[in-house]
Parts: sequence; structure tokens; C-alpha cells
Amino acid sequence: MMAKVHDVLYTKTKLQGGDCMVSAWEDFTIGKWQSEINVSEFIRLNYKSYDGDEKFLAKPTARTEKMRRIYEDLLRQELENGGVYKIDTQTVITPTSFAPGYIDREYEIIVGLQTDEPLKRACNPFGGMRMVREACKAYGYEVSQKIESEFSQHKTHNEAVFAAYTSDIKAARHAGIITGLPDAYGRGRIIGDYRRVALYGLNFLIEKKLSDKNALANNDMLYPNIRLSEELADQIKALKDIGKMAESYGFDIGGPAKTANEAVQWLYFAYLAAIKEQNGAAMSLGRVSTFLDIYFERDIQNGVLSESEAQEIMDDFVLKLRMARHLRTPAYNELFAGDPMWITEALGGILEDGRHLVTKSTYRMLHTLYNLGSSAEPNLTVLWSERLPESFKRYAAKVSCDTDAIQYENDDVMRPCYGDDYAIACCVSAMRVGKDMQFFGARANIAKLVLLAINGGRDETTGEQLGPSLPVWKEEILDYDKLLERIDCYRPWLAKTYVNAMNIIHYMHDKYAYEKVQMALHDSKVRRLMAFGIAGMSCMADSLSAVKYAKVKCVRDPESGLVTDFSVEGEYPAFGNDDDRVDQIACDQVKKFYDELCNYPLYRDAEHTLSILTITSNVMYGKKTGNTPDGRKRGEALAPGANPMSGRDRSGALASLNSVAKLSYDYCRDGISNTFTITPGSLGKNEEQQVTNLVTILDGYFSQKAHHLNVNVLNREMLIDAVEHPEQYPNLTIRVSGYAVNFHRLSKCQQLEVISRTFHSAI
Amino acid sequence: MKGRVHSLQSMGAVDGPGVRFVIFLQGCPLRCVYCHNPETWPLGVGKEMDTGGLVQKILRYRSYFGKNGGVTVSGGEPLMQPKFVTELFQKLHEEKIHTALDTSGIVGGREAEVVLRHTDLAIVDLKFTNAEDYREYCKGDYHAVKEFLALTERMDIPLWIRHVVIPGINDNIRDIKELQKQAVAYGNLEKLEWLPFHNMCKEKYQELGMIFPLEKTPALSKEKLRALTETSDISPA
Repeated sequence: MMAKVHDVLYTKTKLQGGDCMVSAWEDFTIGKWQSEINVSEFIRLNYKSYDGDEKFLAKPTARTEKMRRIYEDLLRQELENGGVYKIDTQTVITPTSFAPGYIDREYEIIVGLQTDEPLKRACNPFGGMRMVREACKAYGYEVSQKIESEFSQHKTHNEAVFAAYTSDIKAARHAGIITGLPDAYGRGRIIGDYRRVALYGLNFLIEKKLSDKNALANNDMLYPNIRLSEELADQIKALKDIGKMAESYGFDIGGPAKTANEAVQWLYFAYLAAIKEQNGAAMSLGRVSTFLDIYFERDIQNGVLSESEAQEIMDDFVLKLRMARHLRTPAYNELFAGDPMWITEALGGILEDGRHLVTKSTYRMLHTLYNLGSSAEPNLTVLWSERLPESFKRYAAKVSCDTDAIQYENDDVMRPCYGDDYAIACCVSAMRVGKDMQFFGARANIAKLVLLAINGGRDETTGEQLGPSLPVWKEEILDYDKLLERIDCYRPWLAKTYVNAMNIIHYMHDKYAYEKVQMALHDSKVRRLMAFGIAGMSCMADSLSAVKYAKVKCVRDPESGLVTDFSVEGEYPAFGNDDDRVDQIACDQVKKFYDELCNYPLYRDAEHTLSILTITSNVMYGKKTGNTPDGRKRGEALAPGANPMSGRDRSGALASLNSVAKLSYDYCRDGISNTFTITPGSLGKNEEQQVTNLVTILDGYFSQKAHHLNVNVLNREMLIDAVEHPEQYPNLTIRVSGYAVNFHRLSKCQQLEVISRTFHSAI
Repeated sequence: MKGRVHSLQSMGAVDGPGVRFVIFLQGCPLRCVYCHNPETWPLGVGKEMDTGGLVQKILRYRSYFGKNGGVTVSGGEPLMQPKFVTELFQKLHEEKIHTALDTSGIVGGREAEVVLRHTDLAIVDLKFTNAEDYREYCKGDYHAVKEFLALTERMDIPLWIRHVVIPGINDNIRDIKELQKQAVAYGNLEKLEWLPFHNMCKEKYQELGMIFPLEKTPALSKEKLRALTETSDISPA
């Protein structure tokens, strides 16, 4: 037996928290985690894995059902109001600027809202004032004079970035070859270790930060140390602000949480402070379920909590997460459709010692999709491993078949890179919780790079010179080797422009919109990952395949002389059919782009990472990309993430998966997103078979070291019907690209693109 | 050796147990009025593939087969190319991959027997329950099918019987009961599957410049099928 906290009285004298910590940690197995911040060790020593099935789960209580009705009513009003329920234009949002807000104070178990009213959105101008003005205007509001004057003397991140941007960067950004950059809003993709607040309480965390800050005094005070010292001061203030916010709700979270209810509440307060401070694109939750399970199980063991009460706490917590909102502009929604928050919660996975991390609370978290209905948020992500217990694999697959709300990522490829306490930011970005942070960087459009190479650096749609100038392709037929040489010539320009833009953005973000709350919940010394991305990967691969295996003739615009169209004679192998001839082209081009990025040094010694992920920006990127040599027409959507071009993966679902599985995580450490849609009938004849077969498919896909899979089990006809009759499908949730959306929050254009995607079916 | 292949489907989950790689072969002697793949009738067309290359391709999907999956050879009528199927199944067995034969059972004889020696599951489409109907709607010999079914029983090959229920032709209790009676008589029967007729192949016929004899027949609804077969679905224990 390992020693428990109450057996070891000396811990009392070792800890600043004193008595309150000893009682809060009663029954926990002791370890280093008591004297240093070490949540993962706490989990390893104290969690109880669960191998059983879902039968223990509890139905929603009457209270939960009542809250759900209130919530659904609010949602309906929000949708009727054009997607935004209300905006507060008077108060700049910070962790402490709003009075407490409630949905129904009497019935809430977990409290806390971003503003003083549910679904009311607030102005967060720290990233940029322009976005705030445009967003308010789009929904019939105007930013108050009060905020305008408060911010008239305040330099925002957005202003600072544009002050420093070079003309090259602006041109590339404008042309849509590099787009979606976080230069006018919060960068997001940072995950605070919100669990720390529950386990240690704020006082202990503040003590630790103070001692880290004091330790800096031994060093020379030069740029890196000055900055760190200032950041630590900001972090300490942020921790105190979390405390003030909790206090306004009547909670003292200076000490550690003593019960499951408190643990969830403390953790949620920390997360809430983060989404009050930052409006980052993706504000992920981390990996909290198994951590919280330790508290649930302790209370259940001690007879003070029933299963139904445990589920009720989880349901109320998730309901709060579903209420989170940021104020966005229509232009932003075009990139990231459906009002996503990416409150990503990573579930399952395996410890480095071989034990799996599935607990009853992993089930409870997934079960909220039944108790509260299907939903896009939180973005539930199962960390898949062949070693997960079979019953859990089956339950997850069943949830997919029933709700289309969850995604899968390969723990067996991520664990060797990120250890066993990482979480997912946004869709597919792994990072060690509290130890890594990311500089998010949207993506470059490599389908457009091909066109730029053909046209000597000029934009095929506007004629504008973007890259280095070369003559426009002279010959009638495109030659594969010569085209590759040209691309090799333009890739360094694109990579360099992209790196420069990212370095500027993140320098300025640190300076003008630093994530005090989230960074306070990291170690003081963090590893930084700079996440680049590519869009149009399969379009590029198919284009090059067409040039190599078919005959592609250039069609020129008579006025500009630019190559603006192509005629393709003959057949070519398309990405998505498990055909090495083209799949290898895709792999080579991705690796080349990654290698090229690595040639340029990064701000704060960040490490280069790359993703193949588009969110829903594949539609917008397509609009900005001319005709391509694969036969795709100007304006047509690119494929999402690493997906094959829609309709071209004709060899069945598994061939499509095999092609994507060839892309290596070694050079895409920020993730390779694949969205897979299969009709229920072709997955099996009944639910039992469908679940069994989906488990087998996931095992098969991930055993090939594939990284990610969004799973939709649905019929195209249903989506078409949902476009016509939205009222009949109020909660229709689908996975799009690394996240789920409520179908009705997509624009018509995005809905149609989703419908046009490949639905794998057997007749 | 080489065979004539109509197409390959990397994922089939409705033609045999588990997740399966499905091979559709060219050639069929029957002319069923409700056939959904008339392009597979002629034998001399399609893509020539050899068993070795095909096995290499299949091995790329092995990780998806799990405990129950494998390969199903369908058609057309796969027994039109028995030597090809035999060699393919032999090679798959060397790789320990489960083999299923999706057949009408119309082609019997010694060569079919050789194929069955390497077959882990026979999925036989028993289209009609008497010689008259079989002749009328399929242009084939009902007795040959019964002989084939008896052969699978003698060889003790696990058997699934399938049957398409077509509005206006056999969507009545009498035919359903008769089919059920004949099916359960085989000691090797593991499963009886009822498939509803659908008419999604109309366009395919049009493109081929052919007439679809059941163009005007409506699809059979799930509810109707359930009502007809409720008590007669037999699944393996």
C-alpha cells in the first residue's frame, strides 16, 4: 500500500497551505506532487482505470432536464437573432469586469458566465479594435463611446502587427496565399493547466510563481529575463484576478478543492477566467476528465456522492461550457464557421507505464451528449490506442454513430512525442499540459503556390506580382520535372514570408495581448511550438499527378498572358485511392514544405511544427484560388484538411483512409486532419455491426500511424433535408474539419460544400 | 493466373461478416430482371488482374479486417472464373485471411467444388423457390442452385442465404415462408438475410442503353420488409 496523505503529517510543515491542504488531500496517495506542481504524477498515483461498459451511467436528473430546457430556449432565441443573442458594448471584458452571471441561480451546481447574462457577448478589443467594431456593426450594435475612448490611447495587437508587417507579407495575406493569421484577434491554442487550481488552490500557485520570479534576481537582467520577470508579475496578478472573480460568486479558491463539486468549480473558474481574458480562436480545456474522476471516486467511496449526483455535476459543467461565446465578425465566421470555441477535451489515451487512462468520468463526459443532447462543444476528442479497453472503444464508436460529435486522435503516435499528459488545442494540436504553448499560425495555400510558380510569381486571379519575378510558363504543355523546379524556386519565398509574418504576430501578441491567465497555469519555463499549416494539399498533389500522368495544356488569358486555365487530357491517379504514384507526391511536397520552414529561425526559439488542417477555410481558400491543373475550377472549394478532393476517392472508404495514413506525423507534429463520412447502411446492417465495424476501422487506420479522424455516420439525404427544413433538425451536429458544428450555423455555401463531400457508401 | 475484374471496393461491411475487401468479377450466366449490375454480365471485358497483384493490394487493408473481416468475391457470378477464384482464395488462406464467396449458386460442378474447398463462407443468393419463377425472372435453372446448396451442406461450408424481396413479384407471406422453409433445411445455414429491392440502378441502365425491366417497380420499404420477415430472421448463435 502506498502512503496516503493523512498518514504523513510532516507534509503539514512542508506546505504553505498547511492544514487546509492536508484535509483537501485526505485519502490521496502521496508523492512529489505535494511539494511541486505535478498534476500528471498526482493522476498516475491516484486515478482508477475503468474497464467496464457504460451500463453504470445515470440518466439526467429532473434538475438537469430543466436546465437543458432553459439552455435550449436561449439557443433558439440566439439563432432567431441571427446567431448573436446580445452584446454588451459598454464593458471591456476581463476576468473581473463583469458582475456574476447566472442561468438560474437556484438550480445551478457549477456557476460562472463570461458576462452577467447567459449568451451575452462582450467586447474584447485587446486583439484589435477593428474586429470589435465590425462585429458589433454586423449584429446591429455600435461600440460605446466609453470603450472607444478607453481604447483610443491603447495600442492593440492588431495595430502593432500591421505597423511591423512588410509589404510582402501584406500582399501575400491579401492574395489569400497566407490567410487566417491571428493578427486581428487572439491567437488562442494555448491550454492553461486548469487542473492546477483545483488540486493546489490559488495561494500555492501564487507562491510558486513568486519564488520563480525571485529566482530570476540571480541572473543578468537582459531582454529574456526582463521579459520573463514582467510576464511572471502579470501571471501573479492574473491568479489574483481569478480569485477575485471566484469571490464575486461567493467562493474562496485560495486553497485546494475538497470535493468533486469543488474540484469541477475551481477548474471551471480557471477556464472561465481564461475565456474572459482571451478571445483566442481555440480556447481548449485540456485533459480534465480523468483528473476529476479522482475526486468523483473519492466522494463516491466516502458515501457522500451518488452516481446520479456525479453525472449531474458533469452535466452542469458541460452545460456551462456550451454557453461560452466570443464576439466574431462575419469575415471570421467565413474562415471558422459555426461559432466554434474549440473547448477541446482529450479523453482516454495510455500512460507510459502501459495502463490506460479511461475512467468512469471519461464515460460521464461522453454521456453528456445523451443527457444534454448532441452538441459541437465541448470538442470531445478520444485519444485512441490499440490498447484502450474494448468496451470503451465500443462506447466511443456508439457515440459517433449516434451523435457525429466526437473525433479520434492517435495516442500511439502522439505519446512518443508529447508524453502521456498532453492535450489537444483546437482540433489536432498536441501539447504537454502546462509545459508547452503554441504560437498558432493558420496556413499557407499550397495549391495556389503551384499556380504562382506557373505564372512567375504573379497572382493568377489579379495579375499582381507577389513572389520573385520569373517569366510566365512559356510552353503549351506542363512538364512535371520543370514544374517541380519552379515550385522549388517559390517555396522558399513562401516559407520565408510566412515565417516572418508569424514572428511578427507572436512578438506583438506577447507584447500587447499576453495570455496572463493561461500562462500563469503553465510552468514558468515553457517550450514553445510555432504551428504552421498548409491548405490545398490534395489539390496540389492531384495537380502534380495530372501533370505527370496525364497531359495538361495551359490556357492563357489573352490580355495578361497569364496561365489562367488548363485542359487535362487522359487520366491521372488522384489522391485518396491508395495509389503510391500520387500519394508519394503528396508526402514529398508536405515534407519539402516543412523542411523549408525549418530553414528560418523562430521568435523565442520556438520549434517548427506543421499541420494539414483547414478548419472550414477550405471553402474560402477555394474562392481565392484560380483554376488548377487537376481540373478543379476557379472558386471551387479545396478539400478540408488532408482529405482527398471530394468525389475523387473512388476506391472505397479504406483506400481513402490508407492514402491519408501515408502522410507522416514526423513532419506534421501539429496534426493531420481527416474527415470521414460514411452512411450508416454501409457501415453495417444494425447498430451492433456498425459499432463493431467502426472500432475495426479505427484500429486499422490508427495501426498505420495515421493521426486523426473525424467520424460522421450519416446520409447525404438527411443533410439535404436539413437545409430545407432546419426546424426539424435543431441539434444536428456534424464533424467538419477537426471540430464539430451545429449544421445550421454554417453558411449556405459551407453547407453545400459539406454535402458535396465524399460519403462512403455501398449499394 | 489472371482474371477479369469488374471493380474493387476497399470497404464492404454488408457482404459477409466484419469489414471486408470486396472484389466484383466479370461474367454472369443469369439475366435477373432486378439485376443491379448488368455491366458485369459479359465475361470478356473489365480489367485483367492476376491473383498475386490482387493479394498484394488486399494486404494493404489487412489492418482493418479485425477478428471477423476478410475478403468477399462477388460479381457478376464469381464461379464463372473458378480457377481464378481458387487460386486467389488459396493465396489468401496462406495469408490467413477469411474468404467469402458471394454467389448465385448457378454454376456447379467439380470446379465449384474446388473453389468451396478454399471458401470459409458461402453467401448464396437464393432468388426464387421454384423452377418456374427462377426460369421466368432469372433465366436460370433452379435445380442447379439447389444442387449447389446441397454441395455446401455436404462439404459443411458455413452458409448464409440471401434473398431479395421485390414488390409485386415475391413480397408476399407465402413466398417468404417457402423461402424460409427451404433455407432452414440446410444444416450448415448460419444466417438468412432479407434484402429489400431498390431501384437505384435506373440511371446505370440508361447509361448502358439498356432497358431496366423493373423500372416502374417501387423500392420496398424497410417497414414492409420488416412486417413480412419479422419472425423469420435467423442469425448465427
